[in-house]
Amino acid sequence: MRPSSDRLETALQHRIVVDAETKVFELGFAELWRYRELLYFLTWRDVKLRYKQTLLGAAWAIIQPLFAMLLFTLIFARLARIPSDNIPYPLFAYAGLLPWTFFANAISNSANSLVGNAGLVTKIYFPRLIIPAAPVMAGLVDLAIAFVLLIPLLIYYRIAISWQIVLLPAFIAWATLLAFGVGILMATLNVRYRDIRYALPFMVQLWLFASPVIYPLSLVPAEWKWVSMLNPMTGIIEGVRSSLFGRPFDWVAIGVSGAVSILITVISVFYFRRAEDSFADVI
Amino acid sequence: MEPIIKAEGLGKRYVIGASRTHTSLRDDLAARASASVRRLRGGARVPHPSIWALSNVSFEVTQGEVVGIIGRNGSGKSTLLKILSRITKPTTGRFTLSGRVGSLLEVGTGFHSELTGRENIFLNGAILGMSKSEIESKFDEIVAFAETEQFLDTPVKHYSSGMTVRLAFAVAAHLEPEILIIDEVLAVGDIAFQKKCLGKMNEVARHGRTVLFVSHDLSAVNSLCRRAILLHEGSLVMEGPTRDVTAHYLNSTNKLYSPVTWVDLPQDESKEIQLHSAGVEQRGIRTSAIDCREPFSILFEYENRKLLAGSRFFIVIRNARGDIVFTTSDYDVITDEAANRRVGRFRSEVVVSGGLLKAGSYYGTVGADIKNERVIFAENDVLNFDVFESADDTLAERHKRVGLVAPLLQWQISESDKKTQG
Repeated sequence: MRPSSDRLETALQHRIVVDAETKVFELGFAELWRYRELLYFLTWRDVKLRYKQTLLGAAWAIIQPLFAMLLFTLIFARLARIPSDNIPYPLFAYAGLLPWTFFANAISNSANSLVGNAGLVTKIYFPRLIIPAAPVMAGLVDLAIAFVLLIPLLIYYRIAISWQIVLLPAFIAWATLLAFGVGILMATLNVRYRDIRYALPFMVQLWLFASPVIYPLSLVPAEWKWVSMLNPMTGIIEGVRSSLFGRPFDWVAIGVSGAVSILITVISVFYFRRAEDSFADVI
Repeated sequence: MEPIIKAEGLGKRYVIGASRTHTSLRDDLAARASASVRRLRGGARVPHPSIWALSNVSFEVTQGEVVGIIGRNGSGKSTLLKILSRITKPTTGRFTLSGRVGSLLEVGTGFHSELTGRENIFLNGAILGMSKSEIESKFDEIVAFAETEQFLDTPVKHYSSGMTVRLAFAVAAHLEPEILIIDEVLAVGDIAFQKKCLGKMNEVARHGRTVLFVSHDLSAVNSLCRRAILLHEGSLVMEGPTRDVTAHYLNSTNKLYSPVTWVDLPQDESKEIQLHSAGVEQRGIRTSAIDCREPFSILFEYENRKLLAGSRFFIVIRNARGDIVFTTSDYDVITDEAANRRVGRFRSEVVVSGGLLKAGSYYGTVGADIKNERVIFAENDVLNFDVFESADDTLAERHKRVGLVAPLLQWQISESDKKTQG
């Protein structure tokens, strides 16, 4: 047995006061930090389970964007003759598909995470934000695998790496933050309205066409460009391409998309925090 | 000494009908909600009917105390634990917990069948609030306690249910928070393992940790807890030494709990047979707490509006896990009334012998059917009662045996005749 003064100290350190009247928002980052290992374990579980009992395993992380690239090349480059900013179209498409596939999978998995882990939500306490965050982190593992294919593509098409590449991690971090923001928003809505499950695939599809994955932002008429920039994925996808292909960054697009991303994430976190008290009652 | 747990005026209101998507039928909330909806149906239509699952509950627990929380189904025990575990927020009141809290409302929360035993130990440990290094240092101990060494790298889906439960409890038992909140987890595994679990619980208590323990098993509460809290319909009705509280609970059940045990069902003119009410009686008193040693009656009143030849009434009794314990019908031992149905209002009484059922909660369906043809009606969960062991002598052990029932049977032992033995 530990000495009682030691015990008292830990007790005070972990004192929890819950008051029904409290309406003050406390984001609880300190608590999230204390539970960081749980985020790691849930991410690890998601990664582990994703490809269990699949024949091709982690190869699926490459197959998904690869086949989309081939399909898009055939339809949009060969048939529709969509320009691609003087980058070979397959490479152009793959560079866009990398952040897009990550984002689309992350928000879908995140949206279903709270409902899918209802057993945890109703039986145990830990910071709820960890549940929708884990599938986003797990998506990063897929993204890393998919990035591997980019290297032979860059060599094959003889694209020289330039200084812009150093900003690539920043864009990935941005995509992660946005996926987290949209993911927790969808997950929260999904707890109360199961319609999300049906609406989301449709929404993701529309979002794909609204983002410059298939076409370059330069194809958007100048007077409509600002609308496109309001889509936070625009800044991310264009940014990833610029850093890979050594093109100048479109700082306006990045700025506008970035501001929208931050706004979405902040709103989502607050909405989540407000709703989480009743998750166990509603789920 | 400053209390480690301090609850002041805790209350929780649930809006009925807001939780239609509940997955577990046995869930406390769903059961309460549906029962209340039934009561409300036919009554005044309230736009957003709500129930207070818990109201104005205040108590204090000092460090190192092991406190039992008792009360019948729907008394608010689980709600209280959920609030203190921070799974749900109270509607009123406040509470303070001075220390790390570990709560075990269900064994094996977060277990995943596709993962191996080893993987699940880490995942489950992390979910319960252990750090990676903490799990690593206790890993061998956990594995030894669960007795699953040779299956560590086998996916849990290939485990027997007993093995899974053992592993899950082993992880939970090695949690070392200052405050431990436990709900009914002892009712798992075989007898030997249950003994081990009880031993572990005692050890936890001896190490100066504070434990809140909810159970239907009054003998377990008696042996583990020095102090107990009795909840009834969401309110704290008694608090004190365990012996006094459990005794009060058993003695006062008839007075305290009679109104809820009889269900008066809504009228529906189109029904061929209308069930009016159903309930349980013991010693001639309507109750929901059944002394397991004494016989008790299941009664229901119904109205035959049409003459239905071959109709028979039946009762299905399920335990808290949802297993059917027994079924019975009025064709089992045929009577004149059963053979020649008449239009009118009737009352059926079935006597269940004492010393048959295990301690625990039971739910019953009352219905009628025509054999090999159709079910005329079936009202689920109109019966709801708890069976208790009144004496905590050696016979209480039978409630922990395997099997759906624990009949007290007479054994006749006599010396056999040497000649016939050959």
